[in-house]
Amino acid sequence: MNLSNVKGSTMSTPSSSGSHLRSTGDAVSDQFPAGLRVLVVDDDPTCLMILEKMLKACLYEVTKCKCAEAALELLRGNKNGFDIVISDVHMPDMDGFKLLEHIGLEMDLPVIMMSADDGKHVVMKGVTHGACDYLIKPVRIEALKNIWQHVVRKRKTGWRDPEQSGSIDEGDRQQKVSDDADYSSSANEGKSSKKRRDEEEDADERDDSSTLKKPRVVWSVELHQQFMAAVNQLGIDKAVPKKILELMNVPGLTRENVASHLQKYRLYLRRLSGVSQQQNNLNNSFMNPQDPTFGSTSINGIDLQALSVAGQLPAQSLAKLQAAGLGRSTAKPVMSMPLVEQRNLFSFESPKLRFGEGQMQHLNTNKPINLLHGIPTNMEPKQLANLHQSAQSLGNLNMRINASVAQRSPLLMQMGQSQPRGQMIGENGSHVNQLPTSLLQPTVPNRISNGVIRNGIASSSNINAAYNQVPQSSSFLNFPMNQTNEMSVRSFPLGSHPGISNITTKGMLQEEVTSGIKGSSGFVPNYDIFNELQPQKSQDWDLTTAGLTYDATQHSNHVQGNTDVSVSPSVLVHPGFTSIQQTGQNRDTTSSMGKDMFSIGEGMDQGNLQNISQPQNPLLVDNSVRVKAERVPDASSQTNFFPEQYGQEDLMSALLKQEGIGLAENEFDFDGYSLDNIPV
Amino acid sequence: MDKVRLQREAAFIRSSLLDQGYLDEQFIQLEELQDNDNPNFVEEVVTLFYTDSARLIYNIDQALLSNPTDFTKLDDYMHQFKGSCSSIGAKKVKNECNGFGEYCEAQNYDGCFRTFQQIKQEYINLKKKLETYFQLLKEAAQIK
Repeated sequence: MNLSNVKGSTMSTPSSSGSHLRSTGDAVSDQFPAGLRVLVVDDDPTCLMILEKMLKACLYEVTKCKCAEAALELLRGNKNGFDIVISDVHMPDMDGFKLLEHIGLEMDLPVIMMSADDGKHVVMKGVTHGACDYLIKPVRIEALKNIWQHVVRKRKTGWRDPEQSGSIDEGDRQQKVSDDADYSSSANEGKSSKKRRDEEEDADERDDSSTLKKPRVVWSVELHQQFMAAVNQLGIDKAVPKKILELMNVPGLTRENVASHLQKYRLYLRRLSGVSQQQNNLNNSFMNPQDPTFGSTSINGIDLQALSVAGQLPAQSLAKLQAAGLGRSTAKPVMSMPLVEQRNLFSFESPKLRFGEGQMQHLNTNKPINLLHGIPTNMEPKQLANLHQSAQSLGNLNMRINASVAQRSPLLMQMGQSQPRGQMIGENGSHVNQLPTSLLQPTVPNRISNGVIRNGIASSSNINAAYNQVPQSSSFLNFPMNQTNEMSVRSFPLGSHPGISNITTKGMLQEEVTSGIKGSSGFVPNYDIFNELQPQKSQDWDLTTAGLTYDATQHSNHVQGNTDVSVSPSVLVHPGFTSIQQTGQNRDTTSSMGKDMFSIGEGMDQGNLQNISQPQNPLLVDNSVRVKAERVPDASSQTNFFPEQYGQEDLMSALLKQEGIGLAENEFDFDGYSLDNIPV
Repeated sequence: MDKVRLQREAAFIRSSLLDQGYLDEQFIQLEELQDNDNPNFVEEVVTLFYTDSARLIYNIDQALLSNPTDFTKLDDYMHQFKGSCSSIGAKKVKNECNGFGEYCEAQNYDGCFRTFQQIKQEYINLKKKLETYFQLLKEAAQIK
């Protein structure tokens, strides 16, 4: 082994210096744990530098990363390039726990969390999200010396014979199942098997001196779809890994693989349901839109309600929206976001996939925006930011998205068909939320989802509704990710949440999207801007939505080329907010439209847009590349909303005032959606 | 000045910083990490800290100026700042941050504002002392 290499490598490729560890799986090499390939993620450069030095002093091979997105990219690019990940909890672009989840689902590597925060609940969060350890800053070198144990532990569990380990599982991971009380024992097994699976999944080339490596199971979209189909068939409560495995009938798949995947899936569902419950509560309160500022209060009410039903909007978000709408200052939306984020974990994944890696990247930051596009939500800037974050993380989860999308699609389809409107399928169908919006039309969904997924962000809050729409995977365009399925899923939510809320988010998203598209990393600042603009938005949003809805319908033609969804501008830009207001659905459609836009851009055929029928939010713009603001900018609207006009309150108001603001940004294929309204 | 004298002076500054609680154990950890491969590691880290934290201080200042006050953001920035301080062992500064956090939670703007002025003061104090310290070390190293 080359110890000397270890010291010097910072961004070394895994293969190079890890060679010393690459034994044939025999007894642990003497060198171990030296050469352990560690990925450190922290936005604080001081900490990063110190950690790097410490890890090198432990003779580990260190790779530094300043942001979570980059880290995920790195991990995805080198699936077996790292042995362990150390990540900070508080990071600007993505929550550390979210990163943790992604890594757990996609790569199944041991992840150590660290933070200056030693509060019990934070540490507990680490545990529940699956971190294998939690370090308090300042981290001492002694704490780092032993991190190799987590790697070995993970490997060892997979080293055993799967069947054998299966039986062992039941006995030994009960504590993990604590929160899965209602889960069948398979869930428990899933957890432990998941750990084992880590071992199994280590790539062959992964040098692990201590355990036998088994090929890692990659949960592709198709595989996940099969999984979802099996789970649905059995019923979520009765779904046990063994039966699922039998139903899936995939050669080479082991019960442990299924079990651990099921475990993750359940966690995901649980998070979603937790959110939806909250939302439901909120809905009631919001149901009486009284505030004219919302514009179409009724719509807002609907939207909010729908959103909450859909579980899309965390209760808190709704509250905030309301407050915002009413001109009040709302409480920290932050709370709500986590819920949304969680939820989005699965849902967003799809959108991310859609865009394809490259695009996603770009979108990562934009993600939040995308999702929100379709959904005019009066989310507080913070919320948006959160969504953003989640969206971003979603983007990164290509794999996951596929899986989730796949799973969603079937469900959504079913749901959508049976109840095209107002059904949000948060989860595979287990959580079907009734969405007032009728956007969820079976036909539409496809498009929407594509669009939606793309944006990922858009779907964040409203998307759930979109699920119903259409999870069709096939129709999705060129999403590089091949995640068409996901796309559909995503788009739904947007479509379905017509309300103002969507608009708001859209606006915000737009801004972000713009930045995203531009490749700027200035999302964060956007949030701030939004905050400022936020107050004014509520009203405007309504208008915006109205305008959007109109546009949405028009979209149908735009799906251009790959990413441009150009909706006939003329139609879109409607000063007629009123019209929109009439239909809560419009909103939804708008959002969905927006989504469509994305998808269209992706390659969706325009026809989809049409299906959407409900004006989807043209704003949905897909941050990524497509946004071609084709929409013929209405004379009244100035579409430039996003682009660089961030943070100008006047701008915002002005935008909002314009009805049907055309899409200014090319990036947004809104086709004349009044993205303008979106305060940049 | 001769080498030994310089080194002694530097050592004096160092031990007084540690004794008086300006710096803590973490600083010593950093020193232990320093080796022939990175002979100026500690200084590099401290410099990086001051550069990066200047940005956070600016953000906090701005946040304190904006209206209405966003306590969440303030808390967030402060959390980052505190994490940074703790990683180089800036004990006194870090402790002042705790007070700030409490005021943030109580949404007490005045408390936050005042505490932050104190934090900045401690921060600058430490910076000056460390600058002198490293300067002495550098000079000593240059001799002979």
